[in-house]
Amino acid sequence: MSGSLGRRALGYLAALAILLAAWELAALAIASPALPPPTSALADFARLLVPALLPNLLVSAYRVLAAVAIASAVAVPLGLVLGRTPRADAVFAPAVFLLYPVPWVVLLPVFLVLLGIGDAPKIALITVIVFFQLLVTSRDAAKAIPPSSVLSVRSLGATRAQVFRHVVVPAALPDIFTALRIASGTAIAVLFLSETVAGTSGLGWYIVDAWGRVAYGDMFAGIIALALLGVAFYELLEAAELWLTPWTRVGR
Amino acid sequence: MAAVEARDVSVTYEGVDRRVHALGGLTLELADGEPIAIIGPSGCGKSTLLLAIAGLLRADEGSIAVGGEPVTGPRLRTALILQDFGLLPWKTALRNAALGLEVRRVPPAERRQRAAEALSRVGLAEFATAYPAELSGGMRQRLALARAIALEADLLLMDEPLSALDALTREDLQGLLLELWRSRGHTQALVTHSIEEAVFLGRRIVVLTPRPGRVSAVVENPGMGSEGYRDTEAFYERCATLRRLLAAEGAFAEVPR
Ligand SMILES: Nc1ncnc2c1ncn2[C@@H]1O[C@H](COP(=O)(O)OP(=O)(O)OP(=O)(O)O)[C@@H](O)[C@H]1O
Ligand SMILES: [Mg+2]
Repeated sequence: MSGSLGRRALGYLAALAILLAAWELAALAIASPALPPPTSALADFARLLVPALLPNLLVSAYRVLAAVAIASAVAVPLGLVLGRTPRADAVFAPAVFLLYPVPWVVLLPVFLVLLGIGDAPKIALITVIVFFQLLVTSRDAAKAIPPSSVLSVRSLGATRAQVFRHVVVPAALPDIFTALRIASGTAIAVLFLSETVAGTSGLGWYIVDAWGRVAYGDMFAGIIALALLGVAFYELLEAAELWLTPWTRVGR
Repeated sequence: MAAVEARDVSVTYEGVDRRVHALGGLTLELADGEPIAIIGPSGCGKSTLLLAIAGLLRADEGSIAVGGEPVTGPRLRTALILQDFGLLPWKTALRNAALGLEVRRVPPAERRQRAAEALSRVGLAEFATAYPAELSGGMRQRLALARAIALEADLLLMDEPLSALDALTREDLQGLLLELWRSRGHTQALVTHSIEEAVFLGRRIVVLTPRPGRVSAVVENPGMGSEGYRDTEAFYERCATLRRLLAAEGAFAEVPR
């Protein structure tokens, strides 16, 4: 375990080194104030971290986490039940598949009109988009569970709730985590968009505001902070998966 | 008490564009503590019969009773072992063995203890914390048996439990099944495709007809369970009898060896 953790850290460091080198080269080649070299950008980041970035980072993190939590809490149970209830699935699945490909991001102006310019419209927009991704994945995962797993637990006299607890939920967990990790990228992108359009808080706002002030150093510090938020969120999911699905790492 | 009484049992599956008549008026009795083997052509309804006895499938006609009680749903002390063993990959060996007890809300301390006992009974004591993916095929089969033992099952239904195993492991587990039956005295129905296995583990061997399945013949096998039975003249004779009966059912194509 600790060995794999060490290897992971090493992998991150190596990737970081390559990234910084490529960035340095790109900055040299482009030679524009819009792409500062890493040294100066990181210095700006360090300088701005506590006074300017951290408050906005916290606001952004809150919005993403709240949205993903709400979406998961509704979509995962709903998807699992649909996947295991053929009758309900026959009714709702067509609706889900009609709604899933809709580019929900176009609802942003509607949410802004209805919910104001605070946290609510941003959280709502991210929730809707993540909701459908998670719903479709958990439904498909629940549907794909081999009948023999269910049968053997039912033969022990398990109730429907016990079948969910002992079979359906654990069987679907790895797929749900994959969906969450993919959704985390989408969530941050939607967060950025929604924060740039309205309001005066969050990293998206900070980045666009700095751009307007032609403060490219500030702008880049904001970009780094948002990137770090994405990485932290991804790692959080990774850790949760490691903890909740230990069986997926044996026997291979 | 777990005598089984199946009377005129018919089961028809309603498929998407066809109906399959799987069992057509099958009658079968098992005395309490009797081990039988069930053999028959592929698709003749053997798995269907076990599911119906386990209470997981309702017969369209006829009746099934276990221990004198009509079967209407899963019964507390019936254990069903399917070909893929029905183990849950996300639970350790100990928790897989304890699953039946957990479902029946036995307190944690007691179920851990009973599951641990069952694991050592099948020789898996050291593997309590292993996941099924870390076990060999034979060990997984042992684990499925441990679950039945932990449940204190008095009726053990097995659907080709050893067919996925290699010949050596299979013989080893046939020995274990015999030993468990001898020491526990439960009623046992074993569905198998192997003639030798049927003769080794069935006090009576029930031969089914092609679909829709009914009992075509019953071979009495009183020597079953005696020391060294596998190497006796009687054993070979029973195997030959069985092979003839199966050939007459047109089942030979499906029966290995
Ligand atoms: N869930 C199901 N839906 C529809 N038809 C089914 C279903 N299960 C089984 N059948 C059909 O019922 C018949 C009997 O099936 P069953 O699985 O009981 O046979 P079996 O004797 O166990 O065969 P095998 O030896 O190959 O395991 C088969 O023809 C099969 O196609
Ligand atoms: Mg079968």
